[in-house]
Amino acid sequence: MIRDLSLKIRPGQITAVVGASGSGKSLLAHSILGILPYNSRMEGKILYDGELLTPKRAERLRGKEIALIPQGVTWLDPLMKVGAQLEKGRKDAGTKEKCRQALERYGLGADTEELYPFELSGGMARRVLIASAVTEKPRLIIADEPTPGLDARAAARILGHFRELAEEGAGVLFITHDLELALTVADRVAVFYAGETIEEADAEDFSDAGRLRHPFTRALWNAVPAHGFRPIPGAQPYPGTVSEGCPFAGQCGKCREECRRAEEIPLEPFEGGMVRCLYPERRTAG
Amino acid sequence: MKHRLQFTAKKLLRMALLLLGVSFASFLLMCASPLDPLQTNVGQTALGSMSREQVEKLEEYWGVDAPPAERYLGWLKDVLHGDFGVSLLYRQPVLEVIGQRLANSVWLLLAAWIISGVLGLALGAAAGAFRGRWPDRLIRGYCLLISSTPAFWLAILLLLVFSVWLGWLPVGLSVPAGVDAAAVTLADRLRHAVLPALTLSITGVANIALHTREKMADVMESDYVLFARARGESERSILLRHGLRNVALPAVTLQFASISEVIGGSVLVEQVFSYPGLGQAAVTAGLGSDLPLLLGITVITSAIVFGGNLAADLLYGAVDPKIRRRAAGR
Repeated sequence: MIRDLSLKIRPGQITAVVGASGSGKSLLAHSILGILPYNSRMEGKILYDGELLTPKRAERLRGKEIALIPQGVTWLDPLMKVGAQLEKGRKDAGTKEKCRQALERYGLGADTEELYPFELSGGMARRVLIASAVTEKPRLIIADEPTPGLDARAAARILGHFRELAEEGAGVLFITHDLELALTVADRVAVFYAGETIEEADAEDFSDAGRLRHPFTRALWNAVPAHGFRPIPGAQPYPGTVSEGCPFAGQCGKCREECRRAEEIPLEPFEGGMVRCLYPERRTAG
Repeated sequence: MKHRLQFTAKKLLRMALLLLGVSFASFLLMCASPLDPLQTNVGQTALGSMSREQVEKLEEYWGVDAPPAERYLGWLKDVLHGDFGVSLLYRQPVLEVIGQRLANSVWLLLAAWIISGVLGLALGAAAGAFRGRWPDRLIRGYCLLISSTPAFWLAILLLLVFSVWLGWLPVGLSVPAGVDAAAVTLADRLRHAVLPALTLSITGVANIALHTREKMADVMESDYVLFARARGESERSILLRHGLRNVALPAVTLQFASISEVIGGSVLVEQVFSYPGLGQAAVTAGLGSDLPLLLGITVITSAIVFGGNLAADLLYGAVDPKIRRRAAGR
């Protein structure tokens, strides 16, 4: 369950959503695409292009204007050749040409089309998945943990492809658990905690812990190896298990009585970013 | 090539061991049978009116006094020379009896096998695709009901409804009674085969449908189906392009594995419909202590079932791209 999620994705920008595994990041991606499992329920609004994104509209747009780049090779049909999967069953020359170009753009030759997913190497599979998004001209690209298991260099190359797509005008939603990785490429970063966005800030703010607003974000910053590798004590509650008060209350060093009792803590603008905290951290010089 | 040869050799060896085991097990069961072949086949009254020599002759014919090990080894030796012996009841070579019976049964078995496979796949795929909704519940309910119904009971039920009450179809046998063999038409044979084939098909469907449903449901919840949906493929296209493709492999295995169920089911069903097929011959041979015929039938049907599984293995290799590509690269 995700609740109180708000997020803006702008064209030409990469917005990263950073959160621990199990914090509901993939559900976010699936709800935008309208492909949540049948046993889930969604409330709230998603606006796309200023208009409400209804399930009907999502169905029309997905695969065309909105594209998903999934995590790995298991998202390809194991028994279907790559080319056939990209073509989605259409056999006309135009589709074939578009797919060939999309693969070529990522350095994959026409012979890749004849391969089955199990014949792809990890890096190739990743490029095939990105290529699958650009067979059309997507305006919103949702990348859900697109770089697990890749070394830093390979991951940087993949992220470079996202930057390229953003520069062509697409909005990119980059979902990851890796704050450092997100910062290498994102323009905006939204931090996810127990199914809520608790802070949304420019990537620059993350250059210095003193510019961050939420206690969790600061703690997350400090947990990064380059910044001291100090772990956060305690564990994140599973999304949906906290019914009242601030979900971070259990782990927060600055928690006060009101934080535990508050019915709803809104996401509010604060010093140039957005933060969901009754007592946000003031900017400190540093 | 070497790989293929090894594969084939291993399979053949396994088949030989299996047939040996099956024939031995049937032999032991037959030995343990409490039926006295003389009393069953000749009758108490007839035996009583016979002279001592006559009875001894009969005992020798039915092999009553011969030690079991000697009988089995004798049978085995003959079979290895290609001689399956002579049926004690029919007084014809066993292979001839089996040939005639199999010719009667084969269309029945084949029809049941194909209908249950195709229908089972279709129903299972539909149930899996609509998991949790009414088509699924309907199909699953039907399958569970049928799985818990004995085939012979269903056979009697169909017989009652279609032959006795409605009178649409004949009560039994494979051809009309009292008609010259030359005058029997194909339509006659078909009419007689409908009910047994139907019984076997109905019972066969359940198993295949339930397994296919499980697999289809897994596929529909897989990442790749989610991704296909995210890429804007329609539900129809997902079902036809990804669903059926991924269900096909397990379906092939299931289909060939079900040969044994069809043959097993035919034993009882043919008995109910007095259909003179292989299954009925097996029952007659078993009850009548016709050792050569029973062993012959078990060995031949086991070989057919084994052949089915072998065919599934080979087809799997031809269908699965992983195995196919590996074979090509070798």
